[in-house]
Amino acid sequence: MYRYDSYDQSIVDARVDEFRDQVQRRLTGALTEDQFKPLRLMNGLYLQLHAYMLRVAIPYGTLSGKQMRKLGEIAAKYDKGYGHFTTRQNLQYNWIKLADAPDILAELATVEMHAIQTSGNCIRNISSDQYAGVSADEVADPRPWAELLRQWSSFHPEFTYLPRKFKIAVIASDDDRAAMRLHDIGLKLVSKDGVIGAEVYAGGGMGRTPMVAPQIRDFVAEEEIISYLEACLRVYNRYGRRDNKYKARIKILVHEIGVEEYKRQVEEEFAHMKQLGLNPPVEELARIRAFFANPAYETGLNEAIDRADPAFALWVDRQVAPHKQPGYAIVNISLKPLTGIPGDASAEQIELAASLAEQYSLDELRVTHAQNLVLPHVKKADLYAIWQQLEEVGLAEANLDLITDIIACPGLDYCALANARSIPLAQKIAQRFAAAERQAELGELKLKISGCINACGHHHAGHIGILGVDRKGVENFQLSLGGSGAEDTSLGQITGPGFSEDGVVDAIEKVTDLYLAQRESGERFLDTYRRLGMKPFKEAIYG
Amino acid sequence: MKILTGNDLVSGDVIWWAGDGWSRQVGDSADVGDKGDDLARAEEAALRVVGAYVIDATVTDEGVRPAHIKDRIRALGPTVRPDLNLKPNDADAGNWVI
Amino acid sequence: MVEFLSFREGDATQEPAVTVEAFTGQTNATAVRVEPGEDARELLPYLDRLSLVEVNFPAYGDGRGYSAARILRESGYQGELRAVGDVLVDQINAMRRCGFDSFHPNKALDDAAVDRALNRYADVYQKAIDGRSPVWAKRHPEKIDG
Repeated sequence: MYRYDSYDQSIVDARVDEFRDQVQRRLTGALTEDQFKPLRLMNGLYLQLHAYMLRVAIPYGTLSGKQMRKLGEIAAKYDKGYGHFTTRQNLQYNWIKLADAPDILAELATVEMHAIQTSGNCIRNISSDQYAGVSADEVADPRPWAELLRQWSSFHPEFTYLPRKFKIAVIASDDDRAAMRLHDIGLKLVSKDGVIGAEVYAGGGMGRTPMVAPQIRDFVAEEEIISYLEACLRVYNRYGRRDNKYKARIKILVHEIGVEEYKRQVEEEFAHMKQLGLNPPVEELARIRAFFANPAYETGLNEAIDRADPAFALWVDRQVAPHKQPGYAIVNISLKPLTGIPGDASAEQIELAASLAEQYSLDELRVTHAQNLVLPHVKKADLYAIWQQLEEVGLAEANLDLITDIIACPGLDYCALANARSIPLAQKIAQRFAAAERQAELGELKLKISGCINACGHHHAGHIGILGVDRKGVENFQLSLGGSGAEDTSLGQITGPGFSEDGVVDAIEKVTDLYLAQRESGERFLDTYRRLGMKPFKEAIYG
Repeated sequence: MKILTGNDLVSGDVIWWAGDGWSRQVGDSADVGDKGDDLARAEEAALRVVGAYVIDATVTDEGVRPAHIKDRIRALGPTVRPDLNLKPNDADAGNWVI
Repeated sequence: MVEFLSFREGDATQEPAVTVEAFTGQTNATAVRVEPGEDARELLPYLDRLSLVEVNFPAYGDGRGYSAARILRESGYQGELRAVGDVLVDQINAMRRCGFDSFHPNKALDDAAVDRALNRYADVYQKAIDGRSPVWAKRHPEKIDG
């Protein structure tokens, strides 16, 4: 894992000092709310439905046990004993007092964490693959690149007041676990003639105008990635729309001028920028890469897993993924207990995850964009002990990628922007499909719920997606089918008229029944939908 | 009736204008008539509230009821965490917001 | 409180700035004002005779002026580069990094707050226009010229 040096620490410490000053100016009235709002947002502090909300950055979703423990301590000390893991691999606290925010940031800084640029019209937290560094199929570990970009994007002087927020993801596998092409810029590391570089995609995103990012370059070498991204951002900063915030994301610019014209402008700017000495020397990426070298894996470990306990065997089959190192496995911890809140974890659960990471996972944890946790380096021999401990705190659900592994935004229960509640609907769906055999029979089925058009719940990318809307003051839900945030990225299509909360659960049952009746061998729900098209599903729902 | 709501500047708590000050209970809300916007500006300037706004509400048997579901959820708390809302001992409290 | 802030040697340019359109259409003006939607690159043929470029920020949230400033500096502009309009203390540091060397904000700034803002960050992550050495250069001094 990356560790701060004195430079990184001094920058984060200075940010705490700056924010303390800004909060003080607000509390004494020197700043009005209008003046303070963009400053607090730039540090992840929102005013939500019930209180201030603080979004803490978890860079590329990687955490140490100590960092995780600190998140739990803050939840217990300053919040109401829990936090919410988001679709951008961050953590949100829902009940923060303004006066406490600087102290919380100071505590985070002691474990090399911060809330820098977790909101605002700037470059946000860089997201990545939760299996980075441990999956066998990646060409390189994407996290050194993500860390390089984290540093480059932090307090970037030119790109702090962009037309709109800007999200970057970096992956390095053909299997896309980070919805890379649904980001403003997506990087996929590739190997060309033995040299690692990045394919670049630009102009993807969700929100009210979802788009899949087209490729704008097939290779950028590591020694030029910063100047290339500076060029991408400069063209966007200069020409992205500022007349209408709903049309201000880069996807609209790329769409309106066309990908070829955007590419042309970027190349022109890049030709200029690569002369300016903006790129760190390759030794800097090498320095960062050294932090992500393989940990000290043990060799000669036993591959066998004792499957005598059937509940444990079920969990292993569902939650455990292959690791590149013999004798090791990747453990997915579900934050989707059937009656729980997707992505929420109590201080006690966070503390347990921290302990498990320290004891069994070489002191490392990951957060996934699907709002789950990962223990990336677990000896197979330790799986049973981990499962037992997870059971004790209600985190042993075996539903990874199944219909109850629902992505849901906080919705109208917490969010000031929402039109409808996402969480109670997620709970109703989870209860309807609770039977383990039924979930297993349905197989991989990614269900995603957003409480408003901003699409924090990634509904466009759901095999089944649900969008909450406000219909004359009453919650209403639109259903869509056929989206994917994986390597076969696609956007869901709306089935037709919306539903009540119960109505949408019934409709989901109808489409999944149709799938079970019509599927061909080996087909997932998404595959059957793609083969049959919308029509039969629509008939099944609306008759 | 028209009532005034916002968040406490320091704590962020949802608060309701009760006629002579702010209350955490929506039931204490006073009818602000057409004075809401002036009150909101004055109270914001006095650093007692942030994001104050006027909403429609009615008086029912159960007390003051904001017209929009968003404000009813603000009044009660998250419906999915009955332990944290303003009526933690009432299992059906969430139904009030619908 | 300070109404005008300069980091240049000597007096500020007093000549009134003309619009980009007026400037490129005549030969004698030496001061120009760039609005957010205007292309700073149109000025590049004339950098030698410019002594002042004002970049207007009608609203601080419109960040196009940061790119305009860098483009001018990257192309060798040495004259006064002045940020005018909705310029707040919280933006001064980034503006300095992008090459602005004078400021004429709508509302006067508190001197002490400006000092704090400019000196708060001892280290920076990017190479920009202000000549500050980014942390990657400090980490690898042997790789960086000069």
